[in-house]
Amino acid sequence: MSPNQPAAAPADVFDVAVVGAGVVGSAVARELSGYRLRVALVDARHDVGDVTSKANTAILHTGFDAKPGSLEARLVHDGYLLLTDYAESVGIPVERTGALLVAWNAEQHESLPGLRDKAEANGYHETFLIDADAVYEREPHLGPGALGGLVVPGESIICPWTTTLAYATEAKARGVELLLGRTVTGADVGADATTLQTSAGPIRARWVVNAAGLGSDHLDRAFGHDRFTITPRRGELFVFDKLTRPLVSEVLLPVPSAKGKGVLISPTIYGNVMLGPTAEDLTDRTDTSTSAEGFAQLLDKGRTILPELLAQEVTATYAGLRAATEHSDYVVDVDPAQRYLCLGGIRSTGLTSSMALAQHAADLLGGAGLDLVPVPDAELPEPPRMPYIGESGVRPFADPERIASDPAYGEIVCFCERVTRGEIRDALASAIPPTDRGGLARRTRATNGRCQGFYCGAHVDDLLNGGKGHA
Amino acid sequence: MREQRRTRVAIVGGGPAGLTAAKALAGTEDVLVIEREAEAGGIPRHSNHWGYGVRDLRTVTTGPAYARRLAEGADEAGAELMTSAMVTGWDGRTLEVTSPNGLVSVEADAVVLATGARERPRTARRIPGDRPAGVYTTGELQNHVHVYGHSVGTRAVVVGSELVSWSAVMTLRHAGARTVLMTSARSEADTYAAVGLAGRVAFGVPVATRTTVERVIGKGRVTGVEVLDHATGRSRMVACDSVVFTADWIPDHELAVKLGLNLQPGSLAPLVDTALRTQAPGVFAAGNLLHPVDTADNAALDGRRVAASVRRWLSGARNLADGVPVHAAEPLTWIAPGLVRPGDPAPVGGRLVAWTSEYVRFPTVVAVQDGREIGRVRTPWPAAPGRIFRIPFSLLAGLDPSGSAVEVRLAS
Ligand SMILES: Cc1cc2nc3c(=O)[nH]c(=O)nc-3n(C[C@H](O)[C@H](O)[C@H](O)COP(=O)(O)OP(=O)(O)OC[C@H]3O[C@@H](n4cnc5c(N)ncnc54)[C@H](O)[C@@H]3O)c2cc1C
Ligand SMILES: Cc1cc2nc3c(=O)[nH]c(=O)nc-3n(C[C@H](O)[C@H](O)[C@H](O)COP(=O)(O)OP(=O)(O)OC[C@H]3O[C@@H](n4cnc5c(N)ncnc54)[C@H](O)[C@@H]3O)c2cc1C
Repeated sequence: MSPNQPAAAPADVFDVAVVGAGVVGSAVARELSGYRLRVALVDARHDVGDVTSKANTAILHTGFDAKPGSLEARLVHDGYLLLTDYAESVGIPVERTGALLVAWNAEQHESLPGLRDKAEANGYHETFLIDADAVYEREPHLGPGALGGLVVPGESIICPWTTTLAYATEAKARGVELLLGRTVTGADVGADATTLQTSAGPIRARWVVNAAGLGSDHLDRAFGHDRFTITPRRGELFVFDKLTRPLVSEVLLPVPSAKGKGVLISPTIYGNVMLGPTAEDLTDRTDTSTSAEGFAQLLDKGRTILPELLAQEVTATYAGLRAATEHSDYVVDVDPAQRYLCLGGIRSTGLTSSMALAQHAADLLGGAGLDLVPVPDAELPEPPRMPYIGESGVRPFADPERIASDPAYGEIVCFCERVTRGEIRDALASAIPPTDRGGLARRTRATNGRCQGFYCGAHVDDLLNGGKGHA
Repeated sequence: MREQRRTRVAIVGGGPAGLTAAKALAGTEDVLVIEREAEAGGIPRHSNHWGYGVRDLRTVTTGPAYARRLAEGADEAGAELMTSAMVTGWDGRTLEVTSPNGLVSVEADAVVLATGARERPRTARRIPGDRPAGVYTTGELQNHVHVYGHSVGTRAVVVGSELVSWSAVMTLRHAGARTVLMTSARSEADTYAAVGLAGRVAFGVPVATRTTVERVIGKGRVTGVEVLDHATGRSRMVACDSVVFTADWIPDHELAVKLGLNLQPGSLAPLVDTALRTQAPGVFAAGNLLHPVDTADNAALDGRRVAASVRRWLSGARNLADGVPVHAAEPLTWIAPGLVRPGDPAPVGGRLVAWTSEYVRFPTVVAVQDGREIGRVRTPWPAAPGRIFRIPFSLLAGLDPSGSAVEVRLAS
């Protein structure tokens, strides 16, 4: 029996159902699993982190440029610290590369001191201004015309896939029930419990947390509210070949303007270089396709920042949808009467803020009457140790002890990314196994490299299908 | 914990080029072939059709049979084939190898890079749209069909119209999939000049010329592609459940780049001289890594050449004369070898190899050095996009070894 199975609760009613197993919902489920509660984590997809949480720019933000005083500013600031520690403890790849905001015109240059002041107001005190010479000394491959910069030493790059997986894996180990492949279509709030209608039968829970990302406004309406509408704001990205990694040593941020954060160039935690994202409002909430216009825009922007990058090989392209709303801040609100908490419009910083948002969610639920009895540490299982898929640490293919203990870690299947059969086998046998090639790629990076499966695609599919072997 | 070992010659890649070099060297030298696949043989292992072995083995056989023969040949000659072993890094002399037996550092007196070439996937071609399953390169397609017996859909669009594209059509047919459209960015004349007509007649595949795939559509599995006809400017949808991106080659040059070897701008292959030496002492290259992409027999012939050069290096030959760079000019996109040194042998087969972006039925090739025409040859064969164009080395007979770079182009 899991430590969270309270004997008193009727078996078919959860204490809390968290709708949405993105990075936010998974963090919330993990947080709640530290209390004596029976928790369900529900998602329409067949995997966790399969929507916006898998397709972002993967930066662990300090929150230096957030709007001071906003909930987002506070949660990003706190979330940065919490996730940095958590990443260390469970093995989520993080690299503290730092960031450089580059000013390309007089107006941008003049705004840098203001950004430094904003960072101070946000409780972040490490930024400093540098002149053009120092900019080029740090980043010699930068295009001509930079006038100066602001250095943000704490900005970090992180593996977004491992983050969501770690939360969900730990939540599951602590007894959370992961209910995948269930689209929530309606909610009936009863006296003691709410019935969520789903595509695979009803789920009953006393409390409901809405962490449904792009669907959070629809779910909110199912609870009778009308306070925000999601506009999917598409961000397209290019991922360049790992051979370009020496071109850039830190995150190159544009100076933010009224139009948003703008296009950045960043090393990725896997050792690639990323260019993006665009920002374009769509109507279709499922349209994660890339577009010719988006590509043209990225190449245009990238040419100014890092001209040498553009001629290099592209390994991958993708697009993610931000859950933008008409409000400038997160839409976070608890309704004690309905026993309902909304975490909506977690637009462009949710990866960073996830753990702080989860703690905040627990506080709000507790304040609204959910009984929060902590499970003693001794009763909680050990935190998971996540497979390491970053570039800065030691991967199994380069670890002689690992290979000596199990030769499968010396058997490279995906050559470009050096993914071994041992890692693929482990992923398939893990607590939350992948259901398709994309899911396997998020756990191991198999087929994510420059050949995109030319060499290993068939082998990887074979392993995914149980390893029937050669024809 | 890393095992250390030494060898006279390390060959990275056990495809036709690497295996042929290994066989040629094994009689006299201690040779180690490092191959990352479980079986040696390279691309022909999964290219299950006839057409292999013409120039090197003087026979015609299928890809897998050819691959086996080359692997057995190297093995019988005494070369050591280390399979499931991948070179993940190196410094030009010592190779870091991962295999199920552990990590090995292999120190070699001479290293031959024979890592081959691959097709650019859809992403590298920067084609937007959805990211569904069912999008392949020919390499992946053939692995699915010929190695694993997977099904690959029923209605395919094949992007490209080179030799390899027809190889994809054959594989699809073998797997029970119909090629509903083949697209070629080239004009009708250029497309059929390559190999199209024969293929079209043999397979009844509709070919859309001056047409490119602009978008891939489908959630889950591909449901279609949007194609643009550049002649009319019109786009249309073509329904399909698989798309094969063929050709558009790029050498597997990771190790070459990591060592800082000079690359040929048009092909991104490491720059070599006619003896197949790279600029790094004791480091050689052979096969499709140098000329993406030639037929397997020609890759194998490189293997023989590189073996002779390695042997010379091992016997102490140093002091190389400075070479004259050879560059390709429009419509040629690259030419190899890209360096000619006095005293070196003529290139493999007595011919330079090049790639053209335009079809020329009766080409006249011109070489210009220091503003002066130093050679001119006519070839009885055409220069056709999508296949290697061979240029008799006599073109450079008048080369001035102390002159500057030679430019090779087609006379208009
Ligand atoms: C281009 C881009 C770049 C970004 N860069 C960064 C960055 O660098 N740093 C950072 O911190 N953040 C970044 N973000 C933001 C971050 O990715 C998001 O804030 C975060 O992923 C939101 O997580 P989520 O769990 O709320 O949403 P999601 O990941 O979308 O999860 C919501 C889940 O709810 C499920 N769901 C929805 N409706 C239903 C329903 N009716 N029934 C059942 N399940 C349902 C979905 O299937 C989904 O799995 C970026 C976002 C984008 C798009
Ligand atoms: C679909 C297709 C159809 C073809 N059809 C024909 C045909 O009908 N007739 C014909 O003559 N030619 C054909 N060819 C061309 C032929 O396959 C190639 O010319 C030939 O394989 C080139 O040989 P190679 O040794 O240079 O490279 P490859 O055959 O590519 O061999 C390179 C080897 O190096 C290994 N390797 C790479 N990097 C490393 C590393 N770091 N560590 C260890 N090992 C490594 C690879 O695993 C591979 O086995 C075809 C090619 C393709 C793709």
